[in-house]
Amino acid sequence: MVEPLALKDHSWESRIFFERIVVCFGVLVILTLFLVARFFYLQIVQYDVYATLSDKNRIQIQPLPPVRGLIYDRNGELLADNSPSFNLTITPERVDDLDQTLAHLGSALRLTDEDIKGFRSRVGRRQRPFQPVPLLFKLTQEEIAQFSVDRHALPGVEVNAKLVRHYPRGEMMVHAVGSVRRINESDARRLDAVAYSGTDHVGKIGVEKFYEEDLLGSVGYQQVEIDARGKVMKILESNLPSRGKDLILHVDSSLQAAASAALGDRRGTVVAIEPKTGGILALVSKPGYDPNLFVTGIDHKTYAALRDSRDVPLFNRAVQGQYEPGSTLKPIIGLAGLVTGMTNPDYTIDDPGWFRLSNSERLYRDWNWRASGAGGHGKVNLEKAIYRSCNIYFYGLAVKMGIDRLDDYLSLFGFGVNTTLDLPEARSGLLPTREWKEDTRGLPWYPGDTVNIGIGQGDMLVTPLQLATAVTVIANRGKWVSPRMLKSGSDLIERSTVPRMDSIELIPDPIWDLVIGAMEKVVHRGNQVYGENGTAWAYIGQDIEYRMAGKSGTAQVVGIKQGEEYDAEELEERQRKHAWFVAFAPVDNPTIALAVLVENGGGGSEFAAPVARAVLDHHLLKSTTNSGQVVATAGEEL
Amino acid sequence: MSQDFVRQLPGSGLLTQRKTGIGDAIHLDVPMLLLLLIISAYGLLILYSAVGQQIEPVISQSIKMLVGLGVMLVIAQISPIVYMRLAPWIFLIGLITLVLIYFFGIEVKGSRRWLRIPGVTNFQPSEIMKLILPLMLAWYFQDRHLPPKARHVFWSLVIIIIPVMLIAFQPDLGTSLIIAASGLFVLLLAGVSWRLVFSAIGLGVVTMPALWFVLRDYQRARILTLLDPERDPLGAGWNIIQSKTAIGSGGLFGKGLFEGTQSHLHFLPESQTDFIIAVLGEELGFVGVVVLLILYLLLIGRGVILSVQAQDTFGRLLSGSITFTFFVYVFVNIGMVSGVLPVVGVPLPFVSYGGTSILTLFAGFGILMSVHTHRRITL
Repeated sequence: MVEPLALKDHSWESRIFFERIVVCFGVLVILTLFLVARFFYLQIVQYDVYATLSDKNRIQIQPLPPVRGLIYDRNGELLADNSPSFNLTITPERVDDLDQTLAHLGSALRLTDEDIKGFRSRVGRRQRPFQPVPLLFKLTQEEIAQFSVDRHALPGVEVNAKLVRHYPRGEMMVHAVGSVRRINESDARRLDAVAYSGTDHVGKIGVEKFYEEDLLGSVGYQQVEIDARGKVMKILESNLPSRGKDLILHVDSSLQAAASAALGDRRGTVVAIEPKTGGILALVSKPGYDPNLFVTGIDHKTYAALRDSRDVPLFNRAVQGQYEPGSTLKPIIGLAGLVTGMTNPDYTIDDPGWFRLSNSERLYRDWNWRASGAGGHGKVNLEKAIYRSCNIYFYGLAVKMGIDRLDDYLSLFGFGVNTTLDLPEARSGLLPTREWKEDTRGLPWYPGDTVNIGIGQGDMLVTPLQLATAVTVIANRGKWVSPRMLKSGSDLIERSTVPRMDSIELIPDPIWDLVIGAMEKVVHRGNQVYGENGTAWAYIGQDIEYRMAGKSGTAQVVGIKQGEEYDAEELEERQRKHAWFVAFAPVDNPTIALAVLVENGGGGSEFAAPVARAVLDHHLLKSTTNSGQVVATAGEEL
Repeated sequence: MSQDFVRQLPGSGLLTQRKTGIGDAIHLDVPMLLLLLIISAYGLLILYSAVGQQIEPVISQSIKMLVGLGVMLVIAQISPIVYMRLAPWIFLIGLITLVLIYFFGIEVKGSRRWLRIPGVTNFQPSEIMKLILPLMLAWYFQDRHLPPKARHVFWSLVIIIIPVMLIAFQPDLGTSLIIAASGLFVLLLAGVSWRLVFSAIGLGVVTMPALWFVLRDYQRARILTLLDPERDPLGAGWNIIQSKTAIGSGGLFGKGLFEGTQSHLHFLPESQTDFIIAVLGEELGFVGVVVLLILYLLLIGRGVILSVQAQDTFGRLLSGSITFTFFVYVFVNIGMVSGVLPVVGVPLPFVSYGGTSILTLFAGFGILMSVHTHRRITL
């Protein structure tokens, strides 16, 4: 049955088999040792690495974001608070079909492609699974209700509430308070990741930016054990956040509203300062925008409309806008002339309506110059030169003083330098000097340049806030106060890096009296023969209950050719002159100083002065209803 | 004992009638049975932790194991001669079911692996093919002169390739590779020349890059993930990062039984099935893993001894192949979870939760016992 050969083969076969199985088993043992080595590497050699990773998984430090400090005006009115905002979030892991869910949501709620794009990019940036990702921000009550109806059909979609910045006064206060914005990628690189963990917004503009450190508060945290779905299993340790500091600003909301109303629909700005403190009482720049739009993310179209608007609503004219000061500079030039002895109160010129440098053909005209030769102010001393705003007097005075001396005195009033303590956007204007012209244009300073400076034109630029500050210094008779938004609540203001100015001493009272008196006449000198009234009297000075010192000005937008009369109607509206008016009141004990600019407004006395009057009226005549004080009194009675 | 098959070989004084023990009486190998019971118990303990100390899944798994033991017992009672005679027919039926899958298979997650037997159960033909293919090949070689001639090698490769391809295109790459391995082990043990073996390995290494273009996107992603899990830490890389973290954070002695945070806080996916060794590594540490590996090695060692003691080609090849294929399971699963092999769906024998593989495993060891306890002679 079984052949011997087959038997021999059997033993041969079993030898081969034995050899093979030993080799295989050897390989198998080696492979097993390889696995052992692998586990030795993971568990012994790399233990620390993986133990840390495991704890990182399990233990999450959850930031407890602080509540941002509130901002009040001087009367205790809220300018910036925090209100709950409802976001729609999706946890992708809990959603079966993301596209279908998005489509479903899109049919029920407003949902743009942009929203979806943003959502998808946020999904990509997640740190761990089961993190809810916001899809829509700032749901309205109706949207929440709408969503609730569909909710059962949409697992993984939730409505979350979060406190976000809210500006109750909206557009009216935006340029005074500034605003927060969502932290974007470049912010994230700049900001301290720990301090801002859990915080979505950062002060980007104005007071919100300057006092960011104090407003933010300090972040708390809780150490929690979570599962992979992000569910908190237990709290291991916690450290509560401390809320940001509340700030009280000098701003007076009702004054701000009055200034805003006085400007109406015109582009322009009002900056009012309390001379005693330098506190900014009102800071209006029109047009503005609603800062609440930016808090939770503005849609591209609305943003583009704001950004590209010809009226530049995002631009804070009061602190960033740089304009020629025009004739508003004349009181300061006059003051400098008196102090330096380059003129005196009795010095009188005969004004033909034009001025010409001795070796030049060019005519510098007065504002009431006529081609017929009928212009001019006749006999003009310094006082009249101010209240009639006579250019010719100041052309001559400026030339006599020379640019260096002018610069010395103008810089004492803060021109060419930013002195605003706590508005980061504030710009420094331009005070032209010989060096500046040499550096920027490679040209020497010509006497003609000095002529222009004499009436606040040429290359000189100021911001409305700078001009208001200079007027404050005049109101204070030389005592400097740095302009500021903050009344109380933070020490950060001390750390402001802007230069602190020295008060202007050495100017004798009679000189102040003369210049301030002349400014008073700008408003109050009236009922005179033609050409003898204060320039602003006809517009604002006739039924005034208090004494105001003021000065009008116009800043040129386009140059007018020699021999041409200025005719506003011929120019396009945007090319009209900017109307300036600066003022302080009451004259004997000033409580407010201001600068008003109406862009393309035309003549300063006619168009800017009434705005100034309205603001001063409000401040001096209606401010008795001070809500903050009423509250304090009520408290005392209790 | 089936006396029918006992034959005294003429002229062989060394061969004596083998002694019979209690194990032989019921056709069980006692050392192997003990090892299986220890590993199963160890597996149930790990499973109990992995499922969050719930008793129901453990009971359910225990029942499957008992059924498995029952299947093993039954299979062990049947003489290998029966398997040998039926081998080609069983193979044919296996192939038919694999083909039927393409027409009647139940599609799950884009692949057809299951066949519904109406009114009875669902079963996975590829799972049973893990035993059928070595059976078929052992039958093919049992009456041929070994080492096999080239044409026999060729035909055996054909036998291997048919089911492997049918399964690979379900698609189920992991199972098809294991089945291919089980077939190739038969060839290797049958004595295919080393030259051929190394040439095949060399060819495999050389054509490996070409394989890249055959792979599906998800398979490519698995390989890329193996090389760099951080390329998609929340997606494809998540499993492997979390399992390595679980294992590594276990350290020498582990975090303690039921104390694993990775698994209990659900960071570890598939912690009850394919990735269960990460739970062991996390909770019982390096020591716990090494103990399991030693148990596996002892079981395989016992399988090797039984294979060597098998008296005919059929028994030897079948037992050897089943034993080594078992190791492939262990190695592929542990290698995958510890991040040295790409992710393929292979459960950890006797530890992973799930019924199908348990039955196949016990059935395999039942065949080993059948071969061993139906010997006609002892050496």
